[in-house]
This record gives sequence, C-alpha cells and structure tokens, in this order.
Amino acid sequence: MKKQNALVRFYRWFFFRARGDSPFKRLLIHLLLIIACAISVYPVLRVVTISLRPNDTLLTTSLRIIPENATLDNYREVIFGAPEKNRKSDFFLWLWNSFSVVMVTSLISVALAAVSAYAFSRFRFRGRSAGLVFLFTTQMIPAGMLLLPLYIMLAKLKMINSSLGLIIAYSVSSVPLTIWMLKGYYDTIPVDLEEAALIDGASRMMTFTRIILPLSSPSLAIAFLFSFMGGWSEYLVARVVLQKNELFTWPLGIWTYAQQFTVSWGKFAAASVLIAIPVMALFLYSSKWLISGLTLGSVKG
Amino acid sequence: MGEKLGALRKYLPTALWIGGLIVLYLILRALFAPHAGGINLNSKMILARIREVSLFLGAIAAVMIVIEVYFYQIFFRCPPHTLTTVIVRFIQGILGLITILLIIAFFDLTDLIRLPEGPFKNFVLLPVNGFAALQKFLVATKLVAAGQASVASAVLLLLVLGLLFFLIQRITEPRVSRSGLAYLLVIPALVGVLFLIIYPFLFEIKLAFSNASLGTQATKNASYGLQYGWQNLVTLFTGNVAKDAKFFEVLGRTVLWTVINVTFHVTGGMVLALLLHRPMKLQGFYRTLLVFPWAIPTTIAAMALRNEFDLRYGFFNIMLNNIQNFFAGLSTKVALLSPVFSWLAENIGPVSWKQDPFWAFVSILISNIWLGIPFMAVIILGGLQSISHEYYEAAEMDGASKWQMFRNITLPLLRPVLTPAVILGVIWTFNKFDVIWLITQGGPQEKTDILVSSMYKAAFQFYRYGFTAMFALVIFVILLGFTIVYLRVTGGLKSATE
Repeated sequence: MKKQNALVRFYRWFFFRARGDSPFKRLLIHLLLIIACAISVYPVLRVVTISLRPNDTLLTTSLRIIPENATLDNYREVIFGAPEKNRKSDFFLWLWNSFSVVMVTSLISVALAAVSAYAFSRFRFRGRSAGLVFLFTTQMIPAGMLLLPLYIMLAKLKMINSSLGLIIAYSVSSVPLTIWMLKGYYDTIPVDLEEAALIDGASRMMTFTRIILPLSSPSLAIAFLFSFMGGWSEYLVARVVLQKNELFTWPLGIWTYAQQFTVSWGKFAAASVLIAIPVMALFLYSSKWLISGLTLGSVKG
Repeated sequence: MGEKLGALRKYLPTALWIGGLIVLYLILRALFAPHAGGINLNSKMILARIREVSLFLGAIAAVMIVIEVYFYQIFFRCPPHTLTTVIVRFIQGILGLITILLIIAFFDLTDLIRLPEGPFKNFVLLPVNGFAALQKFLVATKLVAAGQASVASAVLLLLVLGLLFFLIQRITEPRVSRSGLAYLLVIPALVGVLFLIIYPFLFEIKLAFSNASLGTQATKNASYGLQYGWQNLVTLFTGNVAKDAKFFEVLGRTVLWTVINVTFHVTGGMVLALLLHRPMKLQGFYRTLLVFPWAIPTTIAAMALRNEFDLRYGFFNIMLNNIQNFFAGLSTKVALLSPVFSWLAENIGPVSWKQDPFWAFVSILISNIWLGIPFMAVIILGGLQSISHEYYEAAEMDGASKWQMFRNITLPLLRPVLTPAVILGVIWTFNKFDVIWLITQGGPQEKTDILVSSMYKAAFQFYRYGFTAMFALVIFVILLGFTIVYLRVTGGLKSATE
C-alpha cells in the first residue's frame, strides 16, 4: 500500500509537477535538444574524421569519429607542402588572397554605410523613403544578375583576373544591407543625446563622430563581421572573376583539391578544418552580438 | 614613485601585447622557416598586394573627397556679389561638365553606348585624352619614370583641384542649408550604388535586347534591337534555358525549392527557438552547438555534405545499408512479423543520390535545410526574448492553455520579426544556388537546377550573354512581384521607411 503510494506520488511528480516544467517534460526537451545538436554537429565531425584518415583508407564505410591509424599527414601536407613530391603549398597564399580582398571590401562597405545610414536615420530629406525602398529592392537582384554586366565591365576595364576586380564585385552585395542594419541601430539611440550636445554648441558632424559612432561601435563591428563573413566563403563570383591560380581565394583553392586528377579528400578536409576553426571560433564568440545586431537591424528596421 | 607605477600600469598591457605578438612571430618563424621552401607565399607578395590595395583605397578616398568638397561648396558656400558668383559658378560648371564627359566616356569604354566617330566623340574624350597627354608630357620631360606617370599625374590633378577649391573657399561666404548635410552624407554611398548597381542594371537591360554571345565576342560585335529582345524572350519561354531544361519546369522546381526550404527553416527554427527559450541548464552549450551549421563556411559545409551523399562511402547510404541489414536480420529471426520486415528490408536501402533526379533534389534540400535552420532559430529566439513576460503571466491568470498563449501572444508579437525574415528568406533561397552548385552542379541532366543556377550556366558555361540578361530580368520581375504582393498583404516595411 505504502509502496504503491510512493509510486503514484513519483508518477504525479514526474509528469504533472505543479510549478514549472515537470521532470518528464524537461527530460524530453533535453533529449530533443541533444538530438538536434547531434544533427548539427555530426557533419562537421565527419570532416575532422576524413582529415585524420591516412591516405590509403580514405574511402571506407567505417563511421568511427577517430579513424584507425589516425594521422596528421594531411595537415602537414596542406600547411608545408610536399617538398619530396616537389609540390608547394598554396594554402597561406589563398588565405592571404581571401583576407586582403574581404578586408578591403568590408572596410569600404562599412565606411560608406555608417555615414549614409546616419543620414537615413536622423534627417528627413527628399528622396529618403524612396532611397530606403530602393536599397531593399536591390536585395531582390539575383546574385548572378549583376554578375554578367559586372563581368563584362571588368573585362573592358582589364580587371578580370585581379583582386581589385573581385573587391569591386563584392562591394555591390554588402552595401545596401549594411545601410539597413546600421540605420536600424541608429534609430534605437535616443535623439535627446544629440539634442543636448547641439544645444551645447556641437555641430551635426561632431554629434555624429563623438556620440553616435562610439555608441554604435558594437553594431559597426557586427556590420563589419557580416560583410566579412559574406565575402569570406563566397565561391561563385570569385570563380568567374579569378582564373589565375595565384589569385585564388580559399574557396576556389580548396575546390582544386577536389578537382585534381586523384581527388584528395583528405587534404580538402584538413584545409577545411584549418580554415573553419578560427572562423567558427570568431563566430561563436561574437554570436551574442550577432543576434542583437540582426534583430535590431532587420526587425525594428 | 606612485606616478611611475601608474604610468607602468597604463602602458603595461600594451607592452605585453606587443611583446606577445613579437614572441608569436618568432615562434611562427622558427616553426615555418625549415619548411619555407614548401610554402608558396613570401613577404614580397604580401607587400605587393598591400601596395596595390592601398593605392586602390587611396584613389577611392581621393575621388570621394573631391566629390564631397565640390558638393559642400555648392550647399554651404555662397558667393557674395555678382563678379564672384560668375567666377565660382564658372569653375563649378566646368568641373561638373568634365565629370559628365568622364561618365559618358566611361559608358563608351564599357560599351553601354557607342558614340559615332566625329567631333562629338572627340569632345567627350577630351578629359581622358588630356589626362593621357599629361602623362606623356611628364614622361617626355623626364620628370617621373614611366611606371609612375599615372600616379604622378593624378597627384598633380588633385593639387590643381585643391587649389581651385581653396580659391572658391576664399571668395565665398558660409550659408545655412537644412538638408545639405544629409545629402553630403548620402553621396558616397550613392556614388557607389550608382556605379555598382544602377549602371550594371542599365547594362543588363541593354544586353537583354542584344544577341551578345561568345560568337559576337560579348559586346564587341553584338547587334542591338527590339527583335533580339523578343527573340530572347521567346527562347526563354519556349526553348531551352540552359541545355535541355525548359523554363516552366525549372520555375516549378524553383518554387518547390523555395517553399520547402523556407517552410522547414521557419518551423525548424521556431521549434528550436521555443525549446531554447526557457530557463534551463546547459542552454548556452546547446545554443553554441546549434549554430554550427551557420558558423561553418558554406563552401566547406556543402563540400562535406556532398561527400556524405556518396553512393558507397557516404554517411546516408551507410546508415540506410545498416538499416536494411538490420531488418533483413530481423525477418529471419522474428517469424511472426517476417513479411513486414522483409518488405521493409526490400524497400529501405541505399539510394543513388547522384544519379536519381528525385533523390538528388532531396539531397540538396536536406543540405540547404540543415544550413538554414540555425539562422532562423537565432532570429526567432531574438524575437522571443523581446516579448515581455507580463503577457504570459496575465494569460496564465485567465487560465489560457499553452497553445492559446502561443497562438494569441507569441505569434502576433513575433510578426515584426518574422515578416522581414520570411521575405528575405524567400528572396535569398530563391536566389541561392551555391549549395546546389557545389553539391550536384544542377545535375543529373539539369534536373536539380533552379532558375538562378540555370542562368549562371547560360552565362558562364554556354556564354549566351544576351539571353542570360533577359533571363535575369524575368527573374527579377518575378521576385519584385512576389515582394510587392507580400508587402501589400502584410503591410510590413511601412514602419521602417517612415
């Protein structure tokens, strides 16, 4: 009798606790989340696995995370090349190409956007809403749509096969969205601050550089990060603009691993891991601000 | 003493940083030096790129500054009397005219318009030729080396412009302009957008009414005319868009692709966000792991997933194979349900992800859904966190059920978050084909192509430039129509532009 009571009590407590979630529900939620996490992480782990496989067992039906005879040979060859096979490593060259192009693109787009977003946020001038709607409309332009005229234009300017051409092509896509994001953030900064400064005799430009810019530095960082991430792993535009091996950005570069006479998945995976680690670390580290930046920018528009 | 300590404390972190960087550099050098022969990058290449890029940035900055000063003087300075007005307006007029001539010359150079040979063309090309003559002059008089002629003459021009602006500044007086500053702030972005978006767009429209292709050497020998535009349009709707595929077939697939993707992204994101949005242990841990697909660069993720769809060595087929074997084993052991299990074993099994059009489409769908859910989850989570607790407490008092609360509080309050996210999601998915390109390349037999990837193929594999331009315009019109209808229905974006 007493034992049954305890069981019933446990049953009641487990499924219908009075306050908050019952343990059963919490267990279920954790279980669901663990499954979701496994789905989201497993493909990434598989890349690590492939990168650790020795060259003779690249193709295997084993599903082990740490493969048998795990080796770092692939990493060594990606980083240092293979002098014994007279093969140089282009890995750092690709990284440097990507970095220099994307850095400049992001700098340009954030600088342009930071200034004009201020005008869109604080001034009521003619053509303001038309401009905003226009910037939104540019998001509807398919990626490949402007690529063709840009390609022809760059060809005429002799900028195909040059990093500058890629910089120009990338700046197109990131400016309008950055303006929208930053305008959304500026809108959340109270106007009173500036008005007080204006009364104290500051000029409009001074309020912008001394008040708005410092206050919005997190969102500027986010905007920079966004356009950086956008360009960092871009493949399709780069493929059209760049054809010379020494100009390749890393997405084009690691793709060559997959297209070689003998597909070298091991090297491809090792290069991927090396590239992905810093990017993901940066991303996860900044994800909190990313979220706030996104919601402020796109939501409160 | 105390002051010294304070100074030390102030500069110590910086010093530590610098010291740390130097140590890091030394370690890296020691690590890489023995292998330098294998690495195809050296300081010379790095410096060359930095030089190239900074020249480019400097040129852009110089042009922007010139434009800004020019408009600043128009908005904020006014000449005091008639004589100065004539002088100032004359200088400004000449500068404006030169700019317009340069723009027309640029159009001519890139084939947007073709000027007939004659005095007008010579007049338009005057500034360009003048610049070239200046360079030649500088080289001829041995003032600068041939390689630096362009930079030197650009600097010279800037000096002349600076002098002109200084002159105008001296003879004018300040004046008040209400929205002048706004325009000054917008101008740099406006110039960028005009050059990078409007101009290519105009070019695209012109290209759509041409027969430009590889045979005509792009725009070099292309002919333009309404009949070509009509022809392109007819080919688009009745002929083959890339190689064999027909327009409406691809359009249908694109709509399917977009609808399935966005539906899964939104529902998946909503489920994850609702699961995460509650006080619990390990929340940060889950959130970190769940944004993995978003954090990993798309190129890498797509290539990794491509591997997993391999016929023999991919994860999916290994798993399917295991399941098949499992059921086959069961059917021999459990006699009672043997027919059921053997039926299962016969019907579940490895799938040819690359050869079968249906499964190829499923494979890119799986990949893109996997990639897109975290983004939506993060957006929706942000929206959920901005909803005040008080609503739920009040509803709980009134005895509302969980579902009622979700339906009547959460969903309506999420709307300002969801509307733009869904529009952008649809547009981006409609236009997003890097996943398709990297995983199936649109194959087999173009059965997994969507509109944009067909367009990319038509342009850069089949070189049908004129046709591609028309194709792009049609896609743009479709998206524009969708957005206008959607915004009319939901009334979104209004608050944003007010």
